[in-house]
Amino acid sequence: MPGAKSLLRLVACGSVDDGKSTLIGRLLYDLGAIPDDQLEALARDSRSIGTRGGELDFALLVDGLMAEREQGVTIDVAYRYFATEKRTFVVADAPGHTQYTRNMATAASNADVALLLIDARKGVLTQTRRHAFIASLMGVKQAVLAITKMDLIGYDKTRYHRIVSDFVALAETLEIPRLAAIPVSGVGGDNIVARSASTPWYDGPTLIELLETAEPSEADRADRPLRMAVQSVARPNLDFRGFSGRLSAGRVKPGDAVRVLPSGRTANVARIVTADGDLPEAIAGQSVTLTLDHEIDCSRGDVIAAADAPCEIADQFQATVIWMSDTPLFPGRRYGLKIGAAQANATITEIRYGFDIDSFQHTPEKQLDANGIGVCNVSLDRDIPFDPFERNRETGGFILIDLDTGETAGTGLIHFALRRAHNVHWQALEVDREAHAAIKGQRPAILWFTGLSGAGKSTIANLVEKRLHSLGRHTVLLDGDNIRHGLNRDLGFTPADRVENIRRIAEVAKLMADAGLIVLVSFISPFRQERELARGLAKQGEFFEIHVDTPLEVAEQRDVKGLYKKARAGQLKNFTGIDSPYEPPARPEIHIDAVNTSPADAAEAIVKAIGAAISR
Amino acid sequence: MASSPRLTHLQSLEAESIHILRETAAELQRPVLLYSMGKDSAVLLHLAKKAFFPGKLPFPLLHVDTTWKFRDMYAMRDRAAAEHELIVYRNPDAAARNINPFEHGSELHTQLWKTEGLRRALAEYGFDAAIGGARRDEEKSRAKERIFSLRSAHQRWDPKNQRPELWSLYNTRVRPGESFRVFPLSNWTELDVWQYIEAERIPVAPLYFSAERRVVRRSGAWIMMDDERMQIEAGEQPEMRRVRFRTLGCYPLSGAVESEAESVGDIIREIAESRASERQGRLIDQDTPSSMEKKKQDGYF
Ligand SMILES: Nc1nc2c(ncn2[C@@H]2O[C@H](COP(=O)(O)OP(=O)(O)OP(=O)(O)O)[C@@H](O)[C@H]2O)c(=O)[nH]1
Ligand SMILES: [Mg+2]
Repeated sequence: MPGAKSLLRLVACGSVDDGKSTLIGRLLYDLGAIPDDQLEALARDSRSIGTRGGELDFALLVDGLMAEREQGVTIDVAYRYFATEKRTFVVADAPGHTQYTRNMATAASNADVALLLIDARKGVLTQTRRHAFIASLMGVKQAVLAITKMDLIGYDKTRYHRIVSDFVALAETLEIPRLAAIPVSGVGGDNIVARSASTPWYDGPTLIELLETAEPSEADRADRPLRMAVQSVARPNLDFRGFSGRLSAGRVKPGDAVRVLPSGRTANVARIVTADGDLPEAIAGQSVTLTLDHEIDCSRGDVIAAADAPCEIADQFQATVIWMSDTPLFPGRRYGLKIGAAQANATITEIRYGFDIDSFQHTPEKQLDANGIGVCNVSLDRDIPFDPFERNRETGGFILIDLDTGETAGTGLIHFALRRAHNVHWQALEVDREAHAAIKGQRPAILWFTGLSGAGKSTIANLVEKRLHSLGRHTVLLDGDNIRHGLNRDLGFTPADRVENIRRIAEVAKLMADAGLIVLVSFISPFRQERELARGLAKQGEFFEIHVDTPLEVAEQRDVKGLYKKARAGQLKNFTGIDSPYEPPARPEIHIDAVNTSPADAAEAIVKAIGAAISR
Repeated sequence: MASSPRLTHLQSLEAESIHILRETAAELQRPVLLYSMGKDSAVLLHLAKKAFFPGKLPFPLLHVDTTWKFRDMYAMRDRAAAEHELIVYRNPDAAARNINPFEHGSELHTQLWKTEGLRRALAEYGFDAAIGGARRDEEKSRAKERIFSLRSAHQRWDPKNQRPELWSLYNTRVRPGESFRVFPLSNWTELDVWQYIEAERIPVAPLYFSAERRVVRRSGAWIMMDDERMQIEAGEQPEMRRVRFRTLGCYPLSGAVESEAESVGDIIREIAESRASERQGRLIDQDTPSSMEKKKQDGYF
């Protein structure tokens, strides 16, 4: 039967340059899995960019990115597929370089077996330990330890055994119960597909034999209690309501009692609907649509579980977090969390401890840097259904998403739920500028409206504020006139007072921006230098100078407040435009032609222009 | 051996692809399925129908046309259009300049019709996820790509800075302008695709099966004279050969292989024994070394 062979997923890992890609390339080559045209390309590439002086450089078969081939290192995982008589394989060739540890974690997350490489000349290195640690955290319970580059140490048996016993000690600490070791050479092809004459002292299986007999790690998934994360609710018509998802564990038959989590409501399965007709049973790994015998509330992110063995529900738990972003993890900061099909907002309330990779001792940590691994308390803004990671990868593993950049900043493996009381103690939570803005779901900005008296600044600023408010933004409007009645009522219109006036407004605007608000300042502010002062106080990229540009003739003709008339009559001194200059901005962020643009259109244009800057 | 029941390899692949398609529809605002009438598209469409059964597809199909596909492929497209919402997009610039592989060369032809065409189509319709049938086993830079592959606002792929992708958890967050290429067939091989086509009886273009076809020898490949626009170069001699195609693209750029495989079963046997890779016949991949990665960085599928 086609496709009936079992599948083994393998991650090749170990320290940088230890020979992973070479070994994988060699394995594919020796199995005859490389087509002729790719072999020709390999010969060509080996001569032009290979690291082996023109001899075949097998790493080039898997290092497929230009940057990798130029530098001779692996940057990201290569997935390769091959088959033998006995089974099919997916091998993920991970990068060894510390900088790309997150890509190794990606490769390890789906692996059954870790093929851990060690350069025979170097032995166990820190990065070897880190990779072994991550593999074990990811639930990989089987490792094949390949001591490679044996050709470079003259196939020395003593040295081989010393490295193996070093690693056996490590494997015990890490709880990798099934371990096999093998001496190989990627360049020489020793013990990969064919037994090597250079290692007569090794009488174990070849690498491919080891891999053909390894047991897939989640072979018993179907025997565990049912879990299905609901991806979507199928409602093609009024008479049909089904819940679509992929079973991550267990099995299900029509008539089975199930519990929907987190609500806890129960129902019986009515049908297992697929395009191939209704199924009598579905098992772990299958994608199906279930209908229930009666209407209960169930939506995307919920988990359908066995009624008598449901998963746990909590909004706080302890988890091991592997950090992947260059921006460190700080307790108190908010992240997006995704587990199964469910999403929540998450905060790390406490880093209980980190690890020293060389000793696996616990270390106190205030933050986790890239590649940092720590056991943390995590708090969510809602209940989620989960299982401990060691019982189910799919319902126990989550990712943390940076809410600003959208990047996957880290990953976590749940251990157990915390009772609320355990967790009232928040570590070093700093309520800073960032936190203020984050809780409002926006980025602060200062919109500085400048222009002649009567240019339309306040009208437009008002409309902008209304529009932002309707979009759910938190704003404040500082109007020149109002401020002069309160905070600045001790100031007149002399040059010195004008400077002090603007300094105070700029300071207030800054404080309010620090509080996370979008601040609209509507103020003639005729002098360039003053406006530059205000800009200087603001954070880079948060200051928008908006020139509401109305020519003097027009403003004077409108003369809404009758001020121009008074100024012309000499009743007002130092009036901008009449006997005091207005210096138009040279390069405002936004320019509004207030003669040809209606205030509503101007406001719309401004809201659009700042849209990206104020969004998170 | 554990006694518990297990899915076959094909069943697991199918289930994984359906999971990916459902995640895409659930989390992205405006996805589209790129339909190119080849075998991978046929499988992808079949999987999409299964994923959303008994409902209809929650997204349209998009064909970024070059006007130079095989006639059989256009017939396939018409059949798909009868059943689903299908958008055909032709880059107006390429059309205005009458870009073709003979006068402008394969590189410019592909750049303008396909890369630029796709880019413009996605921007004009505001699609934030383009689902495609690319597989990791096709090519060395594809082997490196994530299932949910992020594109910048300029539709560029940054292979040195891909999002970690753990288990089957996909981070689908995009900032304004960013989008995804989603590859539900990432983990399928060419053999898997054919075995699935056989098992599910999925219709594919007749061009995949061996027949007597009018061809000329060019750059070490058999190029089929699919319509009267085909230009013959000096020294080329049209002849009849029993050939078939392993991949389909623009007919002047798709190399046929000599073959006797007339059925899906024959094809499966042929591939299992073949010593040549699937993309060997594609003239566009061979413009420069690593040309696929460069094209991908520019926004090519
Ligand atoms: N003599 C000898 N050299 C080897 C062997 N395996 C690898 N090398 C050389 O070691 C260097 C690094 O090999 P790679 O296969 O790129 O190492 P890697 O572990 O994949 O490196 P990263 O993926 O960048 O971590 C290359 O120059 C290889 O040719 C071996 O068995 N014997
Ligand atoms: Mg490598």
